Amino acid sequence: MGKTLAEKILGEHAGREVSAGEVVIVRVDVAYAQDGTGPLTVRQMQSMGIEKAFDPSRVVFFIDHASPSPRLELSNDHKFLREFGKQAGIRVSDIGNGISHQLINEEYAAPGMVIVGADSHTCSNGAMGAFATGMGSTDVAVAMALGKTWMRVPETIKIVASGWFPRGVYAMDLILHITGIISSSGATYKVLEFTGDALASLPMHGRLTLSNLSVESGAKAGIFPSDTITREHLDRLGRGQQFREVSSDADASYERVLEVDVSALRPTVAFPHLVDNTRTIDEVGDVPINEVWIGSSANGRLEDFQEAARILKGRKANPGTRLIVTPASRRILLEGMRDGTFMTLAEAGAAITDPGCGPCLGIHEGVLADGDNCLATQPRNFKGRMGNPNSFIYLGSPALAAATAISGKISDPREFV
Amino acid sequence: MKGKAWKFGDDISTDLIAPGRLFHLRSNLPELTKHVLEDARPGFINMIAPGDFVVAGKNFGQGSSREHAPTIIKMAGIGAVLAKGFARIFYRNAINIGLPAIICDTDRIEEGDELEVDLDKGTVTNLTRGFSEAFPPLPPVMQRIFDEGGLVPFIKKYGDLELPAS
Repeated sequence: MGKTLAEKILGEHAGREVSAGEVVIVRVDVAYAQDGTGPLTVRQMQSMGIEKAFDPSRVVFFIDHASPSPRLELSNDHKFLREFGKQAGIRVSDIGNGISHQLINEEYAAPGMVIVGADSHTCSNGAMGAFATGMGSTDVAVAMALGKTWMRVPETIKIVASGWFPRGVYAMDLILHITGIISSSGATYKVLEFTGDALASLPMHGRLTLSNLSVESGAKAGIFPSDTITREHLDRLGRGQQFREVSSDADASYERVLEVDVSALRPTVAFPHLVDNTRTIDEVGDVPINEVWIGSSANGRLEDFQEAARILKGRKANPGTRLIVTPASRRILLEGMRDGTFMTLAEAGAAITDPGCGPCLGIHEGVLADGDNCLATQPRNFKGRMGNPNSFIYLGSPALAAATAISGKISDPREFV
Repeated sequence: MKGKAWKFGDDISTDLIAPGRLFHLRSNLPELTKHVLEDARPGFINMIAPGDFVVAGKNFGQGSSREHAPTIIKMAGIGAVLAKGFARIFYRNAINIGLPAIICDTDRIEEGDELEVDLDKGTVTNLTRGFSEAFPPLPPVMQRIFDEGGLVPFIKKYGDLELPAS
């Protein structure tokens, strides 16, 4: 009986063949936390009496959620992390570097790895063919200290995406569509495995969007087999030697197969306050938008901003609509500065914030006012997500966000591309 | 454990349990606890008595990995969370910090019902309505962690992760 990619990776890391449903202890290749979960992780390590990493080169703390710090309590949390990092010889990625998952993608993730992070969007790097999953601070403290964790081997839901992405339709539309079908808890404890012709040629930025939002249907991981695109991505990052071919066996057993014809997709929006509350653009109606945000671990890459810039070039954001743009990493910021992308966006009226999580969690840099409608390219639209329970968050692709910024209401990017 | 049932709906997110706008209180858990479930039910902390229960629908704790969510529920004095289903990171976090997370059919429990929960027997008794329900045991690996009081006491005692002998 063949094995799924998840079974193979977890089996390798458990030192024996495993099947879905079994509980195993696995070696961890990379363990990380961010400035919201990191201080608790450190305190738990201190409580356990293990104040060092199993391998300092494989453990990182990222200051990204409140970056730079907007208030003294968070500044003190950051100081606490920096001091611990210094004392334990563990890297602390500081302000302006970018979002954890993006930096893990750029500097650490490779096919076949087991990656755990104290952040729910750790699943993003499943795009690299790694088994990447989010956990709480204490679980990650144990992984950082011991280099291992326990896991229940998940069943896999296979997504088979055929066809090709029409103009104005992107990975974000596909994953919102999938989440709408599966529901916000339909994939709880499962792995989403992304396959099919439409995805074989999908560049890494699109794969990261798909893997990132896997958790929004409850999934433990959202994984891609590795291929030429993975290899070229690693080459560009100077880590080509970390490429490995990983994929499910042809006769692997899946719990469910979900087939999607990508050619038939339309721009899709998730309405407040659940990610599975999706509508296609023709069903949206008239929704005026006070704030548009383009960024996040889901859609904060150069290609996302380039797409938005193509639409916004020579145009201005609607006077009643704030436009905020946040690159996911310093590398992306630099590339977008060099190629003029961020100049175009700034000229169109965008407020460009520093690489990091920005307004994603309602901490700073774009908190919503009472009654505000926001269109964001982020993975979550829960009530209160962006800092005000009396506000409404709609999710869409970077192109849809750019179109919306111009018109001042939720708009169809196909009218602009 | 005996207490009153406080009912919540489906898909209660970690944003509703521990809001992001109070992110700066994460290293001040006693203060953050005062705001537990505030965005789902304003003033909740002032309504409950120690030992009361949070009773919810499906997908309780969806969203973020923030362990602060189950932690402040526990610190608020809630005896257990009963739900039709839990999001996986929340469930694991709850067990890791010693908050009982019980999967059962909560449709028949109404707001204000007096409940009695027996973790050893695996039963929830609705004293107000006069019925009892059994709930499934934790997976063995989680039961062991929970029996020690959570993951930190477990690691302090055993020094390592090990699976229960099957």
